[in-house]
Amino acid sequence: MIQSNNPFPPERLLQLDDVNVHFPMREGLVKAVNGVSYHINRGEVLGIVGESGSGKSVTARSIMRLQPKQALDAGGSIRFRRKSGQEVLISSEDRQSSTMRDLRGNEIGMIFQEPMTALSPVHTIGTQIMRTVMLHRNVSKADARARAIELLTKVQMPRPNDIVDRYPHHLSGGMRQRAMIALALACDPTLLIADEPTTALDVTTEAQILHLLKSLQQELGMAIVFITHNFGVVADIADRVAVMYLGRVVETGTVDEIFYEPKHPYTQALLRSIPKLGGQKARRLKTIAGSVPDPFNVPDGCSFHPRCMRAVGGVCNVTAPPEVRFPSGQMSRCHFAEEFRSEAAE
Amino acid sequence: MLSLIVNRILWAIPTLVFVSFISFVIIQLPPGDYVTAYVAQLRHSGEYITELQEAAMRQEFGLNDPLLVQYWRWISAIVMHGDFGRSLEWNMDVKDMIWDRLGLTLAISTLSMIFTWIIAIPIGVYSATRQYSFFDYIFTVFGFIGKGIPEFMLALILMWLGYAYFNMDVGGLFSRQYETAPWSWGKFVDLLEHLWVPIVVLAFGSTAGLIRVMRANMLDELGKPYVETAYAQGFTERTVVWRYPVRIALNPFISTVGWALPALFSGDIIAAVVLNLPTTGPLLLKALQMQDMYLAGSFILILSVFTVIGTVLSDILLAVSDPRIRMA
Repeated sequence: MIQSNNPFPPERLLQLDDVNVHFPMREGLVKAVNGVSYHINRGEVLGIVGESGSGKSVTARSIMRLQPKQALDAGGSIRFRRKSGQEVLISSEDRQSSTMRDLRGNEIGMIFQEPMTALSPVHTIGTQIMRTVMLHRNVSKADARARAIELLTKVQMPRPNDIVDRYPHHLSGGMRQRAMIALALACDPTLLIADEPTTALDVTTEAQILHLLKSLQQELGMAIVFITHNFGVVADIADRVAVMYLGRVVETGTVDEIFYEPKHPYTQALLRSIPKLGGQKARRLKTIAGSVPDPFNVPDGCSFHPRCMRAVGGVCNVTAPPEVRFPSGQMSRCHFAEEFRSEAAE
Repeated sequence: MLSLIVNRILWAIPTLVFVSFISFVIIQLPPGDYVTAYVAQLRHSGEYITELQEAAMRQEFGLNDPLLVQYWRWISAIVMHGDFGRSLEWNMDVKDMIWDRLGLTLAISTLSMIFTWIIAIPIGVYSATRQYSFFDYIFTVFGFIGKGIPEFMLALILMWLGYAYFNMDVGGLFSRQYETAPWSWGKFVDLLEHLWVPIVVLAFGSTAGLIRVMRANMLDELGKPYVETAYAQGFTERTVVWRYPVRIALNPFISTVGWALPALFSGDIIAAVVLNLPTTGPLLLKALQMQDMYLAGSFILILSVFTVIGTVLSDILLAVSDPRIRMA
C-alpha cells in the first residue's frame, strides 16, 4: 500500500503514512509498528488508544526520531509542517540530523509517563528549562530564567519563583509533571506528544493535569498527540481517536463516533470493558477473551480474529481486512465494518 | 550545605581520636615487643644479651608503663609538638623518616589517580554509548587483562623492557647521583624520567577496573527516562551524554575518592618493593616486621587520618555534585 503520495493539505501538521518499525530479535522479527497511518491537524488533539505492546509509544518515538537504537525503519513516511510553513519529511531524517535537533524541543515537545524519573535529578528545574530555551533561542541567561518562571506560572506551578531553583526530588509527582510540561512548552511547540502523561499519577492529580493540558492547548493553539490506554482520559481531552492493536491502527474517528458508533469489534470490546456508573450491579464486567498474541507469531489474516466475537472462519483468519472508510472520515479495518454501520442506524 | 560540611567535620574529630587509640592498641597486640625482636636479631648474629640487659632496654624505652600512659605520651607529643617519637630500629626521629616519603607517595598516588581518571572515564563512556562495538570489545579485553595482571608482575615486565631495550635506568625514583642530593632542577627532571614506570604500573590495574565500573554505571544511567527527555530537547548526543548521565554515573567514584588516598598509601607495597620506590609502603612493611612500634604506629595513624579526611572530602564533593545528598 503506497500512500506516500497522499496530499498534505495546509491545515495538516503531521501525517504518518504506512509507517513500519521492526525490531530484529534473536527469536525473530518483531513488527512493533506495522503500517500505521494517522494524521493530526493544527490545534487538534488526537488520542491514541491501545493496550501495552500495541506500538503506540514506538510510533510516537519515530515522530521524534528517538526510537530505540536497535529499531529498524522499515518504510513509510512521516511528514511535518514547520512553523515556517515548510514541509519536512521526518522519516528520511537521521536520528542526529541538525533538522531533527532543531525540531525537538523547539517545534515538537514531548512529555513522558514517569514524572519521577523523567527530569534530571542533579539539575534544578530552572536550569533544565533554561538550557532548552537557550539552545533554541538566542537569549541571555537572565531572559531564559525569566522565561522559565513564566512557563512555571503558565503550568500553574505554586510559587514559581521558588520552584525554579528547586530540584525534582523537592517536588511531588503532580508538580514534576507540571515541570515536565513547562519544559516541553519551553519554545512554544506546535505539536506536543504526550506519552501516557497521567498514567503514573493518582486520579485527582490526573484530572488536574488533563485540565491543565486542555487549557494550555486552547491557549497556545498547539496540537497534541495524546497516547493512553485509558478511554476515559481520551473522552476528556481528544477531538479524534485512533485505536491501535498489534502495531496497526484498527479504527479512527471523532470522539463521538468512537464512543457511540464504534465500527471495529476491538473498539466495541474495549468500550464494553469499561465499568459504567449507575449500571446494573452484580453484573460481571465484560473482558476481551484471550490475551495479546505473542509478537513473534502474529495471527494470519486479521490479527484480532482469535479474540474477536464476530470472527468468521475462512475470511478473518485468511485475509487481512482492508481499510474501510466512511463518508464522515471514520475508518475501520474490519471485513464487516459496513454491517456495523447499518446496525448503528437501526 | 554549610551545616552539612560543619557537621561532617565535627564528626570527624571523635572518629580521629578513636582511630588513633585503636591504631596504638593494634601495634601493641602481637606477642612480644620491639626488644624481643631486637634481641632475637642480635642473638641470631651471635651476640649475647642477658635478661637484665633486656629488662633495662624495656625500661629505657618505657615499654613497661601501662598502655594508656604509653598512648598518652605518644599522642600528646604528636598533637603538641608534631613529634612522632623515635624509630627504635633506625634510631631516627620518625617524622624525619616519614615526611619525605610521604610527599613522594602523595605525588605518585595523585598523579596515577589523575592519569587513571583521564583515561578511564572517557573510555568507559565510549564503551557504554557504543556497547558491543568493535572498540568496546577491545577495551573489555584490555580491562580484564588489566584487572588480571598483578601489579608487581607488570612492574617486572616494564623494568625488563626498559632495561633490555631502552637502556634505561629503571627502579627507584632517582638516579644514583641524585638519590641523596638536595632538591634541584636536575633532580626534578631526573624524577620525571623515573616516574612514568610506577605511574603506569599503578594506573594500569585501576584504569582497567574503572573502565568496567564506568561502563556499567553509564549503561544503567543511559536507559533512564531523563536521558530520553534530554534528547527530546534537541541536544546533540555528546551534550546529552556528558551533561546528564555522566554527571550521575560519576557519583559512585566521587564517594570513593577518599579511599584512594589510603589505598595508594599502603596498597602498592608489593609494586613499590619490586620497583624499589622510596615511598611509604616498603617502610611500613619493614616497621611492622620489626615491631618498630612508634614508626609503625605513626604510619597507621597517618593512614587512618587520611582515610577520615578523605571520607570527609568525598562527602563534601558528593554533596556538591548531587543535590539529593544535601537533603540528609
